[in-house]
Amino acid sequence: MLSKRPTAAQTVQQSLTMAYRGLLKVRYTPEQLVDVTVQPILFTLMFTYLFGGAISGNVQNYLPIIIPGILAQSILTGAITIGVQLREDMDKGVFDRFRSLPIARIAPLAGALLADTIRYALVTILTFTMGYIMGYRPVAGLGGVAVVSALVICFAWCVSWIFALAGVIGRSAASVQGISMMILFPLTFLSNAFVPVNTLPSGLRWFVQYNPVSHLVTAIRELLNQKVIGTDFWLTIVGGAVILLVFIPLTVRTYMRKA
Amino acid sequence: MIHPISSSLRNSRLAVEAVGLVKYFGENKAVDGVTLNIEAGRIYGVLGPNGAGKTTTISMLSTLLRPDAGHASIFGYDTVREAHIVRQLIGLTGQYASVDEKLSATENLFLFSRLLGLSRAEAKKKSAGLLESFGLTEAAKRPLSKFSGGMRRRLDLAASLIAQPPLIFLDEPTTGLDPRTRLQMWDTIRQLVGSGSTVLLTTQYLDEADQLADRIAVIDTGRVIAEGTPAELKASVGVAALELQLRSAAQAQTASETIRHMLRVECHVSPEGRITAPLADPGLITDVLLALRNHHIDLLEVSVKSPTLDEVFMAITGKEKQKVYA
Repeated sequence: MLSKRPTAAQTVQQSLTMAYRGLLKVRYTPEQLVDVTVQPILFTLMFTYLFGGAISGNVQNYLPIIIPGILAQSILTGAITIGVQLREDMDKGVFDRFRSLPIARIAPLAGALLADTIRYALVTILTFTMGYIMGYRPVAGLGGVAVVSALVICFAWCVSWIFALAGVIGRSAASVQGISMMILFPLTFLSNAFVPVNTLPSGLRWFVQYNPVSHLVTAIRELLNQKVIGTDFWLTIVGGAVILLVFIPLTVRTYMRKA
Repeated sequence: MIHPISSSLRNSRLAVEAVGLVKYFGENKAVDGVTLNIEAGRIYGVLGPNGAGKTTTISMLSTLLRPDAGHASIFGYDTVREAHIVRQLIGLTGQYASVDEKLSATENLFLFSRLLGLSRAEAKKKSAGLLESFGLTEAAKRPLSKFSGGMRRRLDLAASLIAQPPLIFLDEPTTGLDPRTRLQMWDTIRQLVGSGSTVLLTTQYLDEADQLADRIAVIDTGRVIAEGTPAELKASVGVAALELQLRSAAQAQTASETIRHMLRVECHVSPEGRITAPLADPGLITDVLLALRNHHIDLLEVSVKSPTLDEVFMAITGKEKQKVYA
């Protein structure tokens, strides 16, 4: 009757229950979704009309470049809130109960991350809708859009473990926000998301070429505009897997020790 | 009554066995060698002022914190090496309500039930049942932000009982509650033990420990400074005292001589005619009162005062302080 450790099936069920908790909270405080709703709409409009003429000559030619860029950026911005949410949650008494329950240690973390899938889905849908309204018609069609959506959502899920670690380590929600922004800004802006790489000075170009976000953006562009699954697609998948392998154990262990 | 799970436990007699628990927070030694043995089926009180190390001790026993030294087992299972088993045996009601503020009472209980492995249908039934028995059915759908302190505590306790654990930790269950709600909480806690559970409760209120606990450990500055039944602790401070208020202070001399003769103790006489005498055997009161009437001494007031736990607490912590400064 007494078990030594939770089984894999129990771990999955407990994580899903925690994810359900996350969704219930969204229902009570839908304002949590403001960032992932406003940003894709605002940024797509803003950046396309701001940079379109300068970079591609006109807005229509810029759309195939900027939509994948905005998508990658918005989804990563959506991923950072996990850290802040976890920190706020862990400061409350209810987390003491979670930790005193006979459940898998990973469940509260994995559940929170899973619940964020709804945020990533929202980002993806809104970005593509904005692009469509502005005249973007991906070569790959709806099928390509579906593959890209799956890719970015999976990648966001991997990256959110990094921000989850920030949330577990940080002393307060505000400091977690600060740390996460510091990681996020260089990663998204110092990439090929908005500007062509060949315009950059050599040092910066080196960084941009190795930046995983650049690989993600390239993978999205190739898929949508050329209907090609190239090296960058696989590099992105491998990159995501590496992040998971490093950050899941690190985050769970830190959480168990510190929380 | 014996808890249903007890036959499958490694040690069904001792609910808690803690040896030399130590916990540092930075330089500060929050818990400094706490040793506790708690028998199953009892209410055990841990009594101490704020910052004495009560919550830290509970956190170590409930697997939330890893002790820096010493070890503890719950029904024979080690809190560090066999944490997952320990978690199946305990229910924790924290000092600050350990429920989700943003959700409703039903949703809270449903989620905890699901996490504990109940099916959807079972979880719904269990939540409804617990809400009913804790008198929360009316408020079940409201978000907790609309709950009073007492309702929140009741929900918190209800959440600890979902799995019917044989050991329940209650960290200051009545702090901040009004007197009426406090009495209700006491009744609930007594019922828990009636159903076979062991309860470890911390409190800063001496009367609470006195009312509820079968045994008490007094904790101060991270150490157990006294342990025993409430009666033993009171006895360690001294015996009861007989207090008499005379109608006329002029009779004080005769009265005190009579008492001295009857009880064979020295007594203290105040200028207002109040006599205080130590009373080892309360059965002698009748004899004293009869003797006083035979001497035609009129009394305004008679009382027997047993020492309160407050006095016990002050006496013990006071002694400790003297030792420290000596």
